[in-house]
Amino acid sequence: MKNLLKYFRGYGAVSFCAPFFKILEAVFELLVPFVVAAIIDNGIPSGDRPYIMKMCGLLVLLGVLGLSMTLAAQYFAAKGAVGFCTNLRQALYDRIQSLSFTEYDRLGTSALITRLTSDVNTVQSGLNMMLRLMMRSPIIVFGAMIMAFTIDFKSALIFAATIPVLTVVVMGITIRCIPLYSEVQRKLEKVLLATKENLSGVRVIRAFCKEDEEMAAFAEKNNQLCREQKRVGRISAAMNPLTFVLINLAIILLIWQGALSVEGGALKQGMVVALYNLMSQILVELIKLANLIISIPKSVACAKRISDVLNVNSSMTNGTDTECNINSEYAVEYNDCSLRYSGAGADSLENISFRLRKGETLGIIGPTGSGKSSLVGLLPRFYDCTSGEVKLFGKNVRDYDAEALRGSVGFVFQKNRLFSGTVRENMRLGAENASDEDIVEALKTAQAWDFVSEKEGGLDYVIEQGAANLSGGQAQRLCIARALVRKPKVLILDDSSSALDYATDSKLRLAISSLEYSPTVMIVSQRVSTVMHCDRIIVLEDGRCAGLGTHAELLQTCDEYREIYESQIKASEGGASA
Amino acid sequence: MKKSTLMRVAKVLGRSRALLACSMILAASSVLLSLYVPILFGDAIDRITEEGIDFGIIFGFLLRAGVIAAITALLQWAMGIINNRITFETVRTVRKQAFDNIERLPLKYIDRHAHGDLLSRVISDADQFADGLLMGFSQFFTGVMTIFTTLGFMLWINPKVAAVAALLTPLSIFVARFVAKNTHSLFKTQSEIRGSQTALIDETVGGAKVVAAYGYRERSRERFRKINRELEITTRKAIFISSLVNPTTRFVNALVYAAVCLVGAMTVISGGMTVGMLSAILSYATQYAKPFNEISGVIAELQNALVCAKRLFELIDEPAEPSDENLPELSGISGNVEAENVRFSYTEDKPLIRNFNLKVSPGQRVAIVGPTGCGKTTLINLLMRFYDVDSGRISVEGENIAEIKRSSLRRGYGMVLQDTWLRTGTVRDNITFGKPDATDDEVLAAAKATHAHSFIKRLPNGYDTVIGEDGGNLSAGQKQLLCITRVMLSAPPMLILDEATSSIDTKTELRVQRAFEKLMKGKTSFIVAHRLSTIMTADVILVMRDGNIIEQGTHDELMSKNGFYAELYNSQFAH
Repeated sequence: MKNLLKYFRGYGAVSFCAPFFKILEAVFELLVPFVVAAIIDNGIPSGDRPYIMKMCGLLVLLGVLGLSMTLAAQYFAAKGAVGFCTNLRQALYDRIQSLSFTEYDRLGTSALITRLTSDVNTVQSGLNMMLRLMMRSPIIVFGAMIMAFTIDFKSALIFAATIPVLTVVVMGITIRCIPLYSEVQRKLEKVLLATKENLSGVRVIRAFCKEDEEMAAFAEKNNQLCREQKRVGRISAAMNPLTFVLINLAIILLIWQGALSVEGGALKQGMVVALYNLMSQILVELIKLANLIISIPKSVACAKRISDVLNVNSSMTNGTDTECNINSEYAVEYNDCSLRYSGAGADSLENISFRLRKGETLGIIGPTGSGKSSLVGLLPRFYDCTSGEVKLFGKNVRDYDAEALRGSVGFVFQKNRLFSGTVRENMRLGAENASDEDIVEALKTAQAWDFVSEKEGGLDYVIEQGAANLSGGQAQRLCIARALVRKPKVLILDDSSSALDYATDSKLRLAISSLEYSPTVMIVSQRVSTVMHCDRIIVLEDGRCAGLGTHAELLQTCDEYREIYESQIKASEGGASA
Repeated sequence: MKKSTLMRVAKVLGRSRALLACSMILAASSVLLSLYVPILFGDAIDRITEEGIDFGIIFGFLLRAGVIAAITALLQWAMGIINNRITFETVRTVRKQAFDNIERLPLKYIDRHAHGDLLSRVISDADQFADGLLMGFSQFFTGVMTIFTTLGFMLWINPKVAAVAALLTPLSIFVARFVAKNTHSLFKTQSEIRGSQTALIDETVGGAKVVAAYGYRERSRERFRKINRELEITTRKAIFISSLVNPTTRFVNALVYAAVCLVGAMTVISGGMTVGMLSAILSYATQYAKPFNEISGVIAELQNALVCAKRLFELIDEPAEPSDENLPELSGISGNVEAENVRFSYTEDKPLIRNFNLKVSPGQRVAIVGPTGCGKTTLINLLMRFYDVDSGRISVEGENIAEIKRSSLRRGYGMVLQDTWLRTGTVRDNITFGKPDATDDEVLAAAKATHAHSFIKRLPNGYDTVIGEDGGNLSAGQKQLLCITRVMLSAPPMLILDEATSSIDTKTELRVQRAFEKLMKGKTSFIVAHRLSTIMTADVILVMRDGNIIEQGTHDELMSKNGFYAELYNSQFAH
């Protein structure tokens, strides 16, 4: 958590000023009972009207001073809290954008999004409140006690005794409530999950006619939530009545002690009133504090989680080479590569070797979970192989600067993701300066130009968040085009044409193979028809290479390949060759 | 509009009438008693004079104050508990109504609304509604009570001094309103900027891998930096200005306090009241001001709660599917399905399916093929009666499916959809979803038939392994196998398979296909698939394009026709 302190950089002074001005404000406020006491003890008995007017003027002056102090405090608090969180958010974002895929997998991107959005915001409001208000309450409470000591020692002892008791009550109830609140939160999450599932699974639930059961299950979760809410409510509702009783008890003792002191001549009536007012101020402050204190553990928990992310470092070191050796004999070389994901119990890839010349195509096929995506992810260094080496144009991928390496590899993900913005902006994601001609050319190759040109605005057509206004097949084609705009030396398609029908898929493959700059291509697919025309096909089975060769060779030598082929194609071969 | 929401809230609250009455009585009495305590203290202080003190009388006042304070605290606590109960139980009721309506809404509504939006109505809107209600009860109520009671007490002590406090204090409301008016637009700008920042985060962190792969990191940081600075400036302003409400109202209160002090002290000098009365009136003036300070916050909260309540009520009031309670059950399904002149469209101006006719006899296999987005899933929607046809009719066993109980139709089908849906729960829970009373042997038999058993037994707790949200850590293929097993177990007479086998690995797929063969034997089945080899054996192939069924027939018939189907088919081998 200490590592967060440095984000006060540039805002240290203002963050210090906020509580300082708050203290001044509290002091001015605590002076009020003394002025009133002076009126009662000096002005009233002597009937000194000008004196009373003067004192009331002083009250107004104290109000004005208090106001200006508060304004200063609020300004500095807002500036400090917001500034700190702006720094923090930027640092967090920069850190996230420097991590490697291993860390993304471990931390989970949706958790990272929460850190950057709601967690930082919670810290911000917590910090603002702390700078502004949290300082005030203790100052008023202890200030009131100190003031009491200046009036009468014996009466002040009542303050000294009351404050710890009140602290115990307020803190005790708060601490007791925190776990109960998180229990409420857990129950609420269950209600949320049930609702979410019933929306996403509405068809299945209706197909199985489970509506009534679902309603009953929801009612049960809903009741549990309500029960927990009432439980925590019962306890937290005791806070205000308890403080009320304690303070009034203290006031009773105070007046009694005051009466004794006045009789002994040690105190005047007005001073008793002042002590009484000081005690009342404590009550008001404590009630305010109790309402605020609950949000503090929440902010601290958020800050802790942010700090944890900031402590994560990328597990990958960057190389320096920025140029490929175009004249190298092989474009891609995998030499005895194995990969074990961090935290995994077994290798995802074992001893994979192959070489591709410039312009060759490699098909990769195998069951789900056999390591196809892992294999292609090694080339752009999404992950580093645990043993063996991967070379791009004769150089180990680790020697390249990551940006340069990925600049020469066009990777189309299995789970495609377009950004909100125009088609043109999306196409320029990896090629900042691509011209419209380049973009249209890439779209044509990806079989996407037909539908893009029909959309309103063409390249200016705005894609909504999550590509909600495109069909799955259209989004996939745009993702392929996005990779092609960069004119990559190596193009990797990671099962990225699965939503395309066969006709479009085959047109796409044809267009790619006739590209002028003839990229080396690696295609991952579940479909034999997608890979069967590749120069070489690698068959994966449980991370191992079960076969490597051409379609014809594999049919002869590789049982796994033949099995896949037969299941998908053989059944219909008669019709096709006829 | 607002009024009707208010009426609805009143109606919902009406159910807890007795508790509400209790709460009001408790609020009134606790406020009254808590305000009586300062009077007793004032009386006690008045007896403290330098001319000799009667400790007996002072003790009497203090004892009464102590007892009353204790009673007040008890009343406050009871009121707190009752308010909690009213609030949380009301929200529970409303939430339940909203959820129950979701279960009854036509799919048309659910498909058209973002799930996130419906979700936030049931969850966060209901929560905000609760917060508003609770605040309304605990603060609004007692606040109004406090204003009137303190005013009464002050008038009772001294009307002149009371008038000063009563007339000046409401000034703080105007000050607060003035500040609030100016913050509103700032908060709007803030939430807009925050919205676009969140969108950027969503995309570039959610898609962090794409950002890394496409060398977009540096540019995204730059974009983030710019937007972050903008956010800083507006947020700082918004937070500062909105935080002015409190100090400015406090300042107004300080002025009022000084005025009351002045007038009060003068009155004491002229013998109009005692010092104890002055001390009591000063304490009342402070208490009187408190609700005025809070009122703007409370009103904002209540307004927000009303907006949320409105969204909730909208969901609750959304007309459900027409009741089918009085319609007959469909029984003895053997698999005769017929469509006559069916016409259907999602939106009126875009006709989709027109003049669709089909006759399927028991045991026949119907394959639906066509390019992506051609409307294959629409047919499933119609067959399952997730949507109703615009005209024409679909019948099962000669009965128009619009004139029988939906549940009896849907029970007739086993459905495996393209996007697998599993619920949070154990593997067994998921398999027995359609048949909760299935024995372990039946579950095992079904799982073995679909070859799901081999992976289930390797899971950490076998059939009792808990699957997380969205299928958790199961692979796509495993999820699909579970969905198939789920149907296998409930053994319905008809089947609907939507690309059911497309993401299972080939080896398992072979076995599953064999299992399906077994399952489909003698059953009418509708299969949506890309994979031509799996539909070669179909009795009828429906070829769809742009929402229309353009060709219909067996594989051989369609091939000899040399139309769209033949083109699709041949493209599988073209390079």
